[in-house]
Amino acid sequence: MSEMSVHAGPHAAPTSFIRKYVFSLDHKVIGLQYYGLALAAVVAGMVLSWIMRVHLVWPNAPIPGLGWLSKVGAPGGVVTPEYYLQLLTMHGTLMVFFVLTNAPFAAFGNYFLPIQIGAEDMAFPRFNMVSFWTTFVAFCILLSAFFVGDGPPLSGWTGYAPLSAVGADAGPGQGIGQSLWGISILVFCIASLLGSLNFIATTLDLRTKGMTLSRMPIVTWAWFITSCISLLAFAVLLPACLLLILDRVAGTSFFIPAGLNVADHIQPHQGGSPLLWQHLFWFFGHPEVYIAILPAIGIVSHILICNMRRDMLSHRVIIYCMMAIGFLSYMVWGHHMFLSGMNPFSALVFSFPTLMITIPATIMTLIWLGSLYGSNLRINSASLFCLGFISMFVSGGVSGFFLAQPSIDIYLHATYFVVGHFHMVMGVAAIMGVFAGTYFWFPKMTGRMMNETLGKWHFYLTLIGTYAIFMPFHYLGLAGNVRRYSAFQDDFLVPLIPVHKFITYAALFTGAAQLIFMVNLVHSRFKGSAAPPNPWECTSLEWSTPSSPPPFDNFGGQHPVVHHDPYQYGVKSSTGDYVMQTSPEQTEVAS
Amino acid sequence: MRGNMGGKVFAVLIVVIALLSAIPIISHTFMGASVTLPEDISTHGKAIDEQLSVTMAEAGISFLAAQLVLGLFVWQFAQRKGRPVKKFPGGATAMVIVAFLFVGAEVLALGMVGSKAWATVYFKPASSDAIEVQAQAGQFAFYFRYPGADGKFGSIHPEKIDEGNSNFFGLDPENDIPARDDITSGELVVPANKEVHLLLHAKDVGHSFYVRELRIQQDFVPGLDLSLHFTATKVGKYEIVCTQLCGLGHYNMKSYLSVMSQEDFDKWLKSQSN
Repeated sequence: MSEMSVHAGPHAAPTSFIRKYVFSLDHKVIGLQYYGLALAAVVAGMVLSWIMRVHLVWPNAPIPGLGWLSKVGAPGGVVTPEYYLQLLTMHGTLMVFFVLTNAPFAAFGNYFLPIQIGAEDMAFPRFNMVSFWTTFVAFCILLSAFFVGDGPPLSGWTGYAPLSAVGADAGPGQGIGQSLWGISILVFCIASLLGSLNFIATTLDLRTKGMTLSRMPIVTWAWFITSCISLLAFAVLLPACLLLILDRVAGTSFFIPAGLNVADHIQPHQGGSPLLWQHLFWFFGHPEVYIAILPAIGIVSHILICNMRRDMLSHRVIIYCMMAIGFLSYMVWGHHMFLSGMNPFSALVFSFPTLMITIPATIMTLIWLGSLYGSNLRINSASLFCLGFISMFVSGGVSGFFLAQPSIDIYLHATYFVVGHFHMVMGVAAIMGVFAGTYFWFPKMTGRMMNETLGKWHFYLTLIGTYAIFMPFHYLGLAGNVRRYSAFQDDFLVPLIPVHKFITYAALFTGAAQLIFMVNLVHSRFKGSAAPPNPWECTSLEWSTPSSPPPFDNFGGQHPVVHHDPYQYGVKSSTGDYVMQTSPEQTEVAS
Repeated sequence: MRGNMGGKVFAVLIVVIALLSAIPIISHTFMGASVTLPEDISTHGKAIDEQLSVTMAEAGISFLAAQLVLGLFVWQFAQRKGRPVKKFPGGATAMVIVAFLFVGAEVLALGMVGSKAWATVYFKPASSDAIEVQAQAGQFAFYFRYPGADGKFGSIHPEKIDEGNSNFFGLDPENDIPARDDITSGELVVPANKEVHLLLHAKDVGHSFYVRELRIQQDFVPGLDLSLHFTATKVGKYEIVCTQLCGLGHYNMKSYLSVMSQEDFDKWLKSQSN
């Protein structure tokens, strides 16, 4: 191999500012761009949730600055009932698509998947750049809905037809805002499909010498499995959004049946089915839950192993469990539709695979717990967030027992029980994985350490705060508290308002605690202490790069050679109790 | 937080959080379902409540066990620099077997028993002598219709809906004889201990019918008329609310279910038909 070819990466080192930081082909820069986008989206989504929580318990309180954002939706800063639902829709859409899909999967996956398999970049760097910028366009389209005619969309993040399909007759938020929502999601789907293809091609084709599939770390597997799920899921949501847009603007009737009288107008449609939208949406929507949580499972397992100084009881079993969950995720979408009017027999068909997901989820939890037994667990911000993840995963998981059973769903469907369930298992647990990943990989991404004291405070306050918010949701749901209400006026809801007040205080508190993280992130980026090359004494390839952050081609023109399974801990070696995957050293297990 | 303190702080915190979180579960399990659930006034609700209570107990045990073991192991094994690494007895194989046996059995049991509760509501058709009532949901009100003396509903003509003249269903009494004696009401009035067969019709967008005390929830799907049946057992007035996001007035879309004695119901029906 000539000197040239050794040094030639898939693309040359960028020199101009634009190529280096804006339209970069470097997967690491793109990963950071995704992270930044997710951060912007999570801040926006969280602020929306604060406004909603404040409005729910102090309906007449003016919220500073909101009157400026929407004179119609919040005259004088006081949120109207319809604006509440518009904020709710934007909150859900931002969080599910732009935070939970982007941060654990696209951001960390982009940055670390190529490095962990010893590649110089993604298989298709240009596609990768296009993926990010397409996602960015989708984000801008969605946010622009705040500033158009009748404001943001109002159909919830699930966009149920025909409410979302018939147009402005259905009320505020059903005009251009709802169309922008459909277009934004459609564009997002295109970006996600490109990204998934890229992840799959990269994993299969660009592994370095010695990096067999079985030597890939758990988290690499998690990103790989997630991209397979994502490829199928977004491929269904994309045409669904296209059909919805056509129903809205081109007079088609995919989701609109005949004879609808909306606001005294007979709708000029016939022959469509609202259930078709639900089937298409949830065929994407349920796997989407695993698109958010599988990367977090991978991140947490990877970080825990390093901090326990031992491999999991079996990290392969965790990988098999992730595959099983990915497979089952396509057989359960109907459990969102038990009460939708689909054939009641099919409810049972969807219920059993849903309950069966408990088995791989339990195996993983038992393996995490069993691996903690007898370990030498190091407590740091990253490992604490991993422990928090396990706790949340269990808490959010057990409530799935209830909702998986159609008989119980009759009572709990569309109550706060569901809101509590998915916020814990899909929202908070996945975000805990993202926090763990941030504290763990920050030294690699920036060359500096994050502040551990701030990190631990951030963890403890977040753990307390998120439980204080989302645990009571379940009990509100058991009391029959309906979700997506902008005010609680019904006789049976009024007595529950004190609980909502407590939750609002907890939400404001938890949100404020995130400022600690933001301060830590910004301060450590510029003033953090210099990071050693391998601060956590971890074995995988991202810690074998010649510098932090790694050079543009990751390994400085070298091709790393892999000699070991990913997690050689608890051994006697020249480096201590671990052996890098790239080290040719043969070791024996410490007695 | 030096030494093992970090692990101990986490362990104590997680145990406290788990115990506090489980208070309602424990109360529900040991003091009865009425601690967390509203009163049940239906004949089928008992099966649902029992299923929920069994699930609550099993979920509660799994939840507490996992959180307490997590706390215990972190307390015991965090920050023990230099000590040998012990393996959990049985290793991963034991975990997989335990999960398959216990969780598999639990899942099968819940699924089987729960299917029965579901079947009582959805597989059994309404009896032939059930009272037929049609419910219509539109932005943002429910209306109910009784067939009148002829026992037949008049046809619905969406274009004839005229709320100003109280023609909520779009009836055409001039040309449609069965429509002439139809009784329309803003409240669902039913006799106690008599089966009601409710026919659900959506006027505009999706809505849902939810009465928590009845343990009934069912979507109204535009273009797809669905039905459900129930027997209310207790005289009283209960709120009917919409649980499917239907537009700006969703939070305000409600009606009442009035359960009366058969005698009062007959009187009410008579007064309406006059």
